[in-house]
Amino acid sequence: MITIGNYVKAKTVEEAYELNQARNSRIMGGMMWMRLGNARVKTVIDLSDLGLDQIEETDHVFRIGAMCTLRQLEQCEGLKELYGDGIAESVRHIVGVQFRNQATVGGSIYGRYGFSDVLTALLALDTFVELYDGGTIRLSEFVKRKPDKDLLLSVIVRKSKRKFHYESIRRTKTDFPVLTCAVVTGIVNGQESWYFSVGARPMKAALLEKQWEVPKDAAEDVLADFAKQAASEFNYGTNMRGSAEYRQHLAEVLIRRAMSAILAEER
Amino acid sequence: MSTDKLRFVNQPVKKVDADALVTGKAVYTNDLAPADCLIVKIIRSPHAHALIKDINVTRALAVPGIECILTYRDCPDKRFTMAGQTYPEPSPYDRLILDQRMRFVGDAAAIVAGTSEEAVKKAMKLVKIKYEVLEPVLDFRKAKDNPILVHPEDNWKSLCPVGADNKRNLCAHEVSESGDIDAVLDSCDIVIDQVYHTKANQQAMMETFRTYTYLDTYGRLNVVSSTQVPFHIRRILANALDIPKHKIRVIKPRIGGGFGAKQTSVSEVYPALVTWKTGKPAKIIFTREESLIASSPRHEMEMHVRLGADKDGRIRGIDLYTLSNTGAFGEHGPTTVGLSGHKSIPLYGKTDAFRFTYDVVYTNVMSAGAYRGYGATQGIFAVESAVNELARKLDMDPTVLREMNMVREGQVMPAYYGETAQSCALDRCLARAKEMIGWDRKYPRYDCGNGKVRGVGVAMAMQGSGISSVDTGSVAIKVNDDGYYSLMIGASDMGTGCDTILAQMAAECLECDISDILVHGVDTDVSPYDCGSYASSTTYVTGMAVVKTCETLKKKICQRGAEYLNCAVDDVEFDGQKVTDLKTGKSISRQEIGNRVMCFNNEALSASEAFSSPTSPPPFMAGIAEVEIDKETGTVEMVDYVAVVDCGTVVNPNLARVQVEGGIAQGIGMALFEDIVYNEKGKNYSNSFMQYKIPSRLDVGTIRVDFESSYEPTGPFGAKSIGEIVINTPSPAIADAVANAVGVTVRELPITAEKVYWGMQGK
Amino acid sequence: MEVQFILNGKNITAEAGPDTILMNLLRDLGCKSVKCGCETTNCGLCTVWIDGKSRLSCSVLAAGVGGHEVTTLEGVEKEAAEFGEFLAQEGAEQCGFCSPGFIMNVLAMVRELENPDLEEIKESLSGNLCRCTGYMGQLRAIRKYMQSKNMKIQEENREESQEENQEEKKEVGA
Repeated sequence: MITIGNYVKAKTVEEAYELNQARNSRIMGGMMWMRLGNARVKTVIDLSDLGLDQIEETDHVFRIGAMCTLRQLEQCEGLKELYGDGIAESVRHIVGVQFRNQATVGGSIYGRYGFSDVLTALLALDTFVELYDGGTIRLSEFVKRKPDKDLLLSVIVRKSKRKFHYESIRRTKTDFPVLTCAVVTGIVNGQESWYFSVGARPMKAALLEKQWEVPKDAAEDVLADFAKQAASEFNYGTNMRGSAEYRQHLAEVLIRRAMSAILAEER
Repeated sequence: MSTDKLRFVNQPVKKVDADALVTGKAVYTNDLAPADCLIVKIIRSPHAHALIKDINVTRALAVPGIECILTYRDCPDKRFTMAGQTYPEPSPYDRLILDQRMRFVGDAAAIVAGTSEEAVKKAMKLVKIKYEVLEPVLDFRKAKDNPILVHPEDNWKSLCPVGADNKRNLCAHEVSESGDIDAVLDSCDIVIDQVYHTKANQQAMMETFRTYTYLDTYGRLNVVSSTQVPFHIRRILANALDIPKHKIRVIKPRIGGGFGAKQTSVSEVYPALVTWKTGKPAKIIFTREESLIASSPRHEMEMHVRLGADKDGRIRGIDLYTLSNTGAFGEHGPTTVGLSGHKSIPLYGKTDAFRFTYDVVYTNVMSAGAYRGYGATQGIFAVESAVNELARKLDMDPTVLREMNMVREGQVMPAYYGETAQSCALDRCLARAKEMIGWDRKYPRYDCGNGKVRGVGVAMAMQGSGISSVDTGSVAIKVNDDGYYSLMIGASDMGTGCDTILAQMAAECLECDISDILVHGVDTDVSPYDCGSYASSTTYVTGMAVVKTCETLKKKICQRGAEYLNCAVDDVEFDGQKVTDLKTGKSISRQEIGNRVMCFNNEALSASEAFSSPTSPPPFMAGIAEVEIDKETGTVEMVDYVAVVDCGTVVNPNLARVQVEGGIAQGIGMALFEDIVYNEKGKNYSNSFMQYKIPSRLDVGTIRVDFESSYEPTGPFGAKSIGEIVINTPSPAIADAVANAVGVTVRELPITAEKVYWGMQGK
Repeated sequence: MEVQFILNGKNITAEAGPDTILMNLLRDLGCKSVKCGCETTNCGLCTVWIDGKSRLSCSVLAAGVGGHEVTTLEGVEKEAAEFGEFLAQEGAEQCGFCSPGFIMNVLAMVRELENPDLEEIKESLSGNLCRCTGYMGQLRAIRKYMQSKNMKIQEENREESQEENQEEKKEVGA
């Protein structure tokens, strides 16, 4: 279990950032994972008084505060209206309501966990992270970076006319996923584009972008070829929950199902 | 005999402790422990096999608040077993509280006790242990006669002739047979010859292992522990600490589940040693991680079944070889294995011969122990799976195959110690289960048309009711002021409700209300002896002791009533409320008798009787699973499970139903999810509820239960047991349902989606 | 450090270290209903409400609840006993160790969800593990409790209204 020397509820973002520059400081999110290690943390910084617990909707974006809980994401009407049930689907299997009332979006994204459903889902959308020091960068860029001392303030999802679908496979209904998969499609710069985010491979989610023109009435076997192609561009590993070969097969199946579901919806 | 006229037995009586439990009252071990207990924690071996070369505790002892750090040098060098069994225990005496040899990752290397958790944790990091790392034996198939010995020590000892030999890594070995099995199998039209593998599973009761200890006024060691076996704990601690038994008192408060885990003394020795050494109160609360890496899970077993039949489906012979992995220590090793054959083979009543052979081996993984089903679960998976494979080979409905072959009431069961099935409604159980699930409509499969296919699968099971000629339950009932009764039992209610069902039986016998009966929890100083709550014994064994005690007490009440009424005892009748002189019509109430015996009285108004049975009447059941399989991913989803049980008379329909539903859910976990995974060095990866997945309410589908009661002539009100049998059908029934749905036979648990998928790919 | 918060309706000030876990503090403050089953946020035994929402007190820093409202089973004892009676009538409390956390989440659920269907109920409570009961008895208790409170389970509504419609049709046909 974690040992903590000092607990500080930051009064300003500046204060939080400054405190976090010390080598042994850590920002706390929902405290779900951080608590489990044997880390000795000198100062733990609580952001819960900084108003980062709101999902703000503007004409162009959803701005999801880092301290928003997964439950808020699950229940957000605006996201549902725009992207359907996929967002809720991406978090509703995570442990239980109590857990999701506590785990934060910021913690999930910042941690860049291999098993992260939230990361898989948000990566497929037009998503940015707002950092205190590093400005606003693409989530796909952020996931590649090593954790540093910057402060994640919010996750910004740009509104766009895109279709979103989420799938995951789990051994028990509330377990870590064996594989996660989010597929998004829309017209980007006048071109039909497909975004495939596959996580829990067991490596963290990665994003694949394809300018594919997929006929609306494509047969399942045509979709299966697309899916196979997309799945083959990710790498997979073996752990307790599944082998690399099985995971690649699942990726093919889930990608195809997601594409099929999106096309069915568009028809 | 009928159960029609019963007032309390066969009624859904609410548990006597329910109100406290649902309002979160402080009734469990850790709720009751004094605030000044020393906190006890264990430093555990990081190696699967090693010798401690040196332990340096100097810096750790300097941590403020540290009371003591105990190592193998502080423990008696007298081996004992932690198995909660009747003396002489079949489990070998192969343990010390702390040993110089580490036998699994997680084995206890040192005990640290201090005034606060923080201090203890700090000190644990400062204890420096030097290990000589040895090569471990991790593959149980290679353990027997391996040159690496798990227990090379000379003071290892086996008290019973179970075929144990520590110089061969052998914890037990036996062959039992009837008829010429080889000749019978040679003459069979079809022989199913397959190997089945069940993994170690965790009981995963919600309350982990925990104990606190203190010295009382008389300098005796008082032990408050979450245990199923208080009286055995007394002996185990006396052995472990090498002190007389009369120096020890064990008290059992409410328990947060056991399922067999707490039939082993997993946690008691550590605070007991600390208190005995320091004189101070001490407590240990196992973390969930400790409960998952250093506990007493189900024995992993590999079973080779040869099952022979005629082409018309008569099962003629069963040959079973079981290899059981007892891990680092032999707790319950020699006994669990026996059930893998003795509670699976007798399900089939028309065999000409059987043979049952087993080896139980030591390896360098955590010691196994007792888990609900106790070996029967493993054996029934193997034998019932083989029967299902036979049905497929014969192209015969597996329920029809069973109807032809199943054991029937009145039959002698050669593989069940030659006992006769005096009560058996297995045929009705199977018929009812088929009806409930709609078997004839659904067998073998139904394609849902959306890439999913549903299949149904079946299995039968039996268990025992206590250990014949061993298990002993005693009961005492005393009459108090105003005539209320104290029911003193030594059986441990672990949440299952035995305090309630025994009170129901007493109220039935004594013709009073349940509220007139006060049930006392277990305290070895005052409770009458009971071997404890295991082996499905309480309802049957202790229940009979209740009935006998009530009979004796009623006679005594009549005698006392006659005395107070100045009439002959033959002239009186006791109706539960009063003793009446039938000649005069005069009567004296129970209340008055209770009060009068407290004045100028030379004989206590109480009774105590014991019961032990020469037989162990098996309950029977049939279970049918309906699963839905995603043909592309292999994902198996539980749709429906029906279970129909013959536990004789159902003493409390509500509690019995919940026992069945709970057992089925655990069985579903075993069948589909639960697995203890070790890495190549013997480190246990399944060390949290994140990694060891027990089913949530979204994973079990619908579970439906019914009862088809026989009447057991030797049991209380016709009752047999129910606690364990209920976990035995899910694994084989679900495996069968999967096979019927997609044609994939999985012989190694758990049945994961990936196994099903590769099976469908022909790999 | 000193933490001031509202515990079961009372203002209290408690001493807590920077890494004191709320669950342990609550137990020290006498709320023994709060149990620990896993330490890894998987079992739900430690469920309490913070500002009315179900949370896992095993992973909340005590220091963080300053100014917030914490409710344990002791704070809703009457309501707990009322639902608990339904649980007990099914024999579904069994060992009882998971009951407090489970009951807290059931009571939170009936506050949050209007006319939930069966799947919503199961999903709302999926974070509460129970090893004794196989969950069926708990579900029976919830159904009966909700019926007694005139709360409807949606699926049943639908089924019932369908049946009613059919009956109406039959009557019309007759």
